[in-house]
Amino acid sequence: MDFLLQLIVTGLALGMVYALIAIGFVIILKCSQAFNIAQGHFVMLGGYLGYTFLVSMGLPIWATLILAIIVAGIMGMLIERLTLRPLIGQSVLAIIMMTIALSVVLEGLAGLIWGGEYKTYHGVLPSLSFKVGEISLPSEALIGLIVSVIVVVLLLVFFRYTKIGLAMMATANDEQVAQSAGIKVTFVYALSWVIACIVGVIGGILLGGVSGVMVSLSEVGLKAFAVVLLGGVNSIGGAIVAGLILGISENIAAGYLDPLLPGGGLAHVFPFLLMILVLTIRPYGLFGQKRIERI
Amino acid sequence: MSQPCGVFQENYAQDSSIFRTKTQWVLLALFLVILFTGPLYLDNRLMTMMTYIGITVIAVHGLNILTGYCGQISMGHAAFMAVGGYTSAILCAKLGFSFWAALPCAALMAGFAGLLFGLPSLKIKGFYLIMATLAAQFIIIWVILQLRDITGGPDGLSTARPQIGDFVFKSKASYYYLVMVFAVAATYVAKNLARSKIGRAFVAIDNNDLAAEVMGVNLWVYKLLAFFIGCMFAGVAGSLTVHYYAFASVDQFPFINSVWYIGMLIVGGMGNTVGAIFGVVFLKIIEELGSMLGPILPTAIFVPQAAASITLLLRGLVIILFLIFQPKGLAHWWNTVKSYYRLWPFSY
Repeated sequence: MDFLLQLIVTGLALGMVYALIAIGFVIILKCSQAFNIAQGHFVMLGGYLGYTFLVSMGLPIWATLILAIIVAGIMGMLIERLTLRPLIGQSVLAIIMMTIALSVVLEGLAGLIWGGEYKTYHGVLPSLSFKVGEISLPSEALIGLIVSVIVVVLLLVFFRYTKIGLAMMATANDEQVAQSAGIKVTFVYALSWVIACIVGVIGGILLGGVSGVMVSLSEVGLKAFAVVLLGGVNSIGGAIVAGLILGISENIAAGYLDPLLPGGGLAHVFPFLLMILVLTIRPYGLFGQKRIERI
Repeated sequence: MSQPCGVFQENYAQDSSIFRTKTQWVLLALFLVILFTGPLYLDNRLMTMMTYIGITVIAVHGLNILTGYCGQISMGHAAFMAVGGYTSAILCAKLGFSFWAALPCAALMAGFAGLLFGLPSLKIKGFYLIMATLAAQFIIIWVILQLRDITGGPDGLSTARPQIGDFVFKSKASYYYLVMVFAVAATYVAKNLARSKIGRAFVAIDNNDLAAEVMGVNLWVYKLLAFFIGCMFAGVAGSLTVHYYAFASVDQFPFINSVWYIGMLIVGGMGNTVGAIFGVVFLKIIEELGSMLGPILPTAIFVPQAAASITLLLRGLVIILFLIFQPKGLAHWWNTVKSYYRLWPFSY
């Protein structure tokens, strides 16, 4: 029983980070109809930025977060301006291809600047231990949980109560109506990339604290696609619920089934199995808009 | 397409032929002669490069049929190659098949794997299909690693080089010939398939699947057929890869290769058989450029030994530039140059 509870608790912390990454994806999709394959690479960059600021420069965590947010904001703006803006009006597939190419460029850039070796910053983050009975939560995971919750709440408040957040929601709803109401849609596009970039980078800093940083950290972004699909591609709430579901179920499946399999590694492939399952049974996810297309 | 002055079509066969003038036939013959005398003047490194290009061209032709013509993006093409490669390796190493018997089995097996993961394509498209094929990439590789008794798991599986009678394709030059024969055959099949009824149906599905259905194209059949044919090419390419190294390992079929194959299509030009070849060659040249640039980068700014990363960066940038400035790819430029040459000195 303790084993199960332990799995659930760690899964919850991991799931919160997944949700955070998936939210970045959903924001871009909602506001600019672009499927961002490179979201995982924002996470990877986040991890590297965290390493640079925390270890190489020795800054405290709050300064790291602020600096990383600034860097991520500039990066998001540049990416939107240079690569996505010229493709406005092109087909959905062209935009997907662009984000695929973008992911490759970001991976190359990260490899060029930080190299291929594995980097960790365990113990640099302030330690908060959390223990109830036999169940313990590692400090990094706990920080991840707290920051993710804060960011998610901030985002929800931003979208509900600020003027620009409402403008973004309006654009998501109907671009033309938003335009005729005086909302500058290109600005909303840029902002959605900035927010997604920031969210991804924060997720990366947290995840890097738990699992270390490598170029392959970007694969967590691929896992986040499972979250996105399960929650429904255009639902922020869905992303949160699905993130938690995936985090917990992945952990439980790996915990109980890995000993039975010769090669193990179920946690690595579980999100993809889930993805196929969702796509064949319920392509619009748990909370997504059901779009009927008869072909 | 524009033809030089004085070329007239008198019957349907002439009208639909690809090579119509004597010059074209001479150029084709010249190209083939240069290609097949390659080992005489290519050094070892260039020959390896050409062999790689040949194998990749086969795979990208498959992806071109699936993605370029039929519009069903697959981000798991490397995994379908792995299916073909492992099928061939297992048949040869464990069951004593010859390479020539194993190759068709590899193609069929990869085709069926493609069918399996293509099934969702009937319900979903665009991004969702990309996700399904992306999942295929990771699931297939995972399954291969799990079936340790059959595939050798992470240790890989050694197998034999192909042979005819007593002649073993052991040297680089002999394997070069083998690959080039297959690459030329694959190009021939791909080009003509695209001009057949099947190819036209694929293009119709790509343009508008609803309209295609209304016109009598059976979506169920043709979408799955596209997956089947595209993945059969991948199976052949995978089999050739594995026998080239005489060793099968999942590291030969990483996810990034699936990305590169799509990138090659973008650079070369989607839905264009010649474009697929251009794309493969161009990105390979970029890779060579990257490995040359790697050692001379200033290590004060960048980490040393950054060749792999600079290649990633350059290739990604090239794909981005093509997407923005020339979405029709190199093939479009090629056609422009060709028609300019033919019509010169008159502009039309």
